[in-house]
Amino acid sequence: MKKRSSGLMDYAGTFGALLILCIIMTIASDKFLRVNNLMNILKQTSFNALVATGMLLALITAGIDLSVGAVATFAGCVAGFLLSRGVNNALILILVMLLTGTAIGTINGLLLTRLHLPHPFVSTLGMKNVLWGASLIVTNSQMIAFSNRGVDGVLTLGSATIAGFPVSFVVVIIIYIIMHILLTRTSLGRSIYCVGGNPEATRLSGINSANVLTFCFAVSGFMAALAGLVTIGRSGICNGANAIQPYDTDAIAACIIGGASFRGGKGTMIGTMLGALIISVLRNGFTLLSVDSSWQNLVLGLVIIGAVLLDVIRGRMAANALRKAAAAIK
Amino acid sequence: MSEYVVELKDITKTFPGVRALSHMQLNVKPGEIHGLIGENGAGKSTLIKVLTGVHEADEGEVLVNGEVQHFKDPQEAIRAGIACVYQELNMEALLSITDNIFINKWIKGSGALLDYRQMHRIAKETMLSLGQDIDVTKPAGSFGMGIQQMVEIAKAVIANAKMIIMDEPTSSLSDNEIEQLFKTCRKLKEEGVGILFVSHKLEELFELCDRVTVVRDGEYIATKPIGEWNNDDLISAMIGRTLENQFPKKYGTRSEEPFLKIENLNELGVLRDISFEAYGGEILGFSGLVGAGRTETMRAIFGADKIDSGKIYIKGKEAHIKSPRDAINAGIAFLTEDRKGQGLVLPESIGLNMILANFKRFTSGFLLDQKKINEAGQKNIDDLKIKATGLDEAVQQLSGGNQQKVVIGKWVNTDAEIYIFDESTRGIDVGAKVEVYEVMNRLVQEGKCVIMVSSELPEILGMSDRIIVMRDGHITGEMKRGEDTFNEESIMKAAWEVQS
Repeated sequence: MKKRSSGLMDYAGTFGALLILCIIMTIASDKFLRVNNLMNILKQTSFNALVATGMLLALITAGIDLSVGAVATFAGCVAGFLLSRGVNNALILILVMLLTGTAIGTINGLLLTRLHLPHPFVSTLGMKNVLWGASLIVTNSQMIAFSNRGVDGVLTLGSATIAGFPVSFVVVIIIYIIMHILLTRTSLGRSIYCVGGNPEATRLSGINSANVLTFCFAVSGFMAALAGLVTIGRSGICNGANAIQPYDTDAIAACIIGGASFRGGKGTMIGTMLGALIISVLRNGFTLLSVDSSWQNLVLGLVIIGAVLLDVIRGRMAANALRKAAAAIK
Repeated sequence: MSEYVVELKDITKTFPGVRALSHMQLNVKPGEIHGLIGENGAGKSTLIKVLTGVHEADEGEVLVNGEVQHFKDPQEAIRAGIACVYQELNMEALLSITDNIFINKWIKGSGALLDYRQMHRIAKETMLSLGQDIDVTKPAGSFGMGIQQMVEIAKAVIANAKMIIMDEPTSSLSDNEIEQLFKTCRKLKEEGVGILFVSHKLEELFELCDRVTVVRDGEYIATKPIGEWNNDDLISAMIGRTLENQFPKKYGTRSEEPFLKIENLNELGVLRDISFEAYGGEILGFSGLVGAGRTETMRAIFGADKIDSGKIYIKGKEAHIKSPRDAINAGIAFLTEDRKGQGLVLPESIGLNMILANFKRFTSGFLLDQKKINEAGQKNIDDLKIKATGLDEAVQQLSGGNQQKVVIGKWVNTDAEIYIFDESTRGIDVGAKVEVYEVMNRLVQEGKCVIMVSSELPEILGMSDRIIVMRDGHITGEMKRGEDTFNEESIMKAAWEVQS
């Protein structure tokens, strides 16, 4: 029994699920297969795919980042605040957003590794609420519009298309390729999996586990801020009230469906992309079929529970196989 | 009434592949403090577990007050009057002393409500009878280890225990607390309670016990009144195995200068004034009892724990080691005692575990060099004779011996000069042990420095060129191969002996 079977076969199940979902949607709605709709799905996927990138890193280290949605919103609100104070250079606004996200992610990491909060669940849940409040404070609880104010550059990432293909998704693909190489082919990437698998053994192997963890949360913050930029481009506004939208849940769902585990040490970029696409197709399908948003949330909740259940069953099967293998050795 | 409160007759207990107890005997009289002593792994813990109903004996009888008992679980043993104060205390630090004493045995008043007035009163009286005048409504965590241990004893007293087992009760107590514990033991003795006092410290047995039983390799050796034992008798009763030639010792050429020199290493409450030198081409053994501070010394040198003071020199130059990374850069490899908890990332592949301590060597540019990884990994597998389906196999699927070899491979790949093997042969089969010894041989023949921490005397005598013995966090002896003192008896004396 090998740890990794040869490459793409690992994703057959997830890919099959996506395919079946698409077939069902095609049959259920004649609007589904239209190019316009498919591009729409990709646009919708961009946000979740970016947020899920950071979430995946946190999950691989056996942690979690519940602040991702709030970081995305808060970064946008900071840009809105600066704009309302007369900063009208798009590049500066974008840089401030990305820096804000990275800084918050780093703080999340430091809370865990230097102040030794017991689990990132605690620090990031707290951070989510801090940012919710902060988002409303900096925007005075008002929505702030970015359109027609001389900062169109801020809107480009989320709104521009190349021959109808959303630029945001192109960026997502580039980031996924970079992250895939980082995770599979660099020592830092392999260290992330090892920290998730056994932090003490990793530390005693001379790897600074604390720095690896902090890096993961910093990346998570950066990706969330980038996702915030995409949202501004799509909606043209920032809205502090969005900080408590269940963006984190969608990201967790994408990762878990894609093969990540709450026990850490598992998960890939390819799987996460498939997971994010499945979520988008589901949400898109519900909209096309005019399913009430309450039902959307209910079904997505069930999908998450189902995915985690699948992970638990996989874990138990692996443990059983292990016991049998151990018995065979004796 | 029987003469003995508890009697074990011909107890045999076998675990898969190991005979933990063989025809074990023990008898404890009421009002007696009975010492139990034996090396690490001599069967003391199994014996306690049989007495407390954790394990059921395969053969033999357990008698309490002359009646044969078959304990199916710990509750039955408690009901029969056998209580145990374990080495690791199970205190609820935030709950009061009273709550801790009455956990799961709450006294209810009228209705279903708990009668705290009565519980506090009984707790207070019981603690007072044990010589502890304390406020029992305060949280257990606000008291020291000594009081917390008294809480365990109070539980036994309230449960009306006829015999109390104390498993190394003094290991985490201060001198004052030990004195208080002894007083309490004598008081319980006057009241007719039998005490089985398990200790690693000979002087405590001489001070406290009426009779002492020695066990070795799961077998009963002797029981005698304390007056008929002396230091040397006890030690030679505990050892006395013959060394077979299962240790293929080979010799390297000892370096002129020490590779590693430690000066006055101190870690408050753990290590004091550790100084020694280790040379290239030499296996330096570290012997001593569990808890003597050997692993702690190695962790301190490796930068895994912080030290309060002390200097580390590597090949004559002072090394400032603040983290495992610094230690690895300085050329130290540390094969940890607990390979699953600290040595390996179990769900990951053999290949990844092999390169974990030295990513730099396997990286070109930004990326890991898969070709280098595969070549080195295959060489590790061949050199160390690891039985695996390939580099991709997850480490958790390997047997203990093969896992240990992966740990060895990981450290050999760091090209270290100093290799610390901490209990590296524990829990692996004899064949794999010999292969680990062969690795040590190869390293010293290449001129590397090997430090071997081991609790098994035959192994440490069989493989070491020099042996350092530790006790209570400091060094108590050193023996060189070829000298008269290079034997089990001197090691045991240094590890156990009464010191003034």
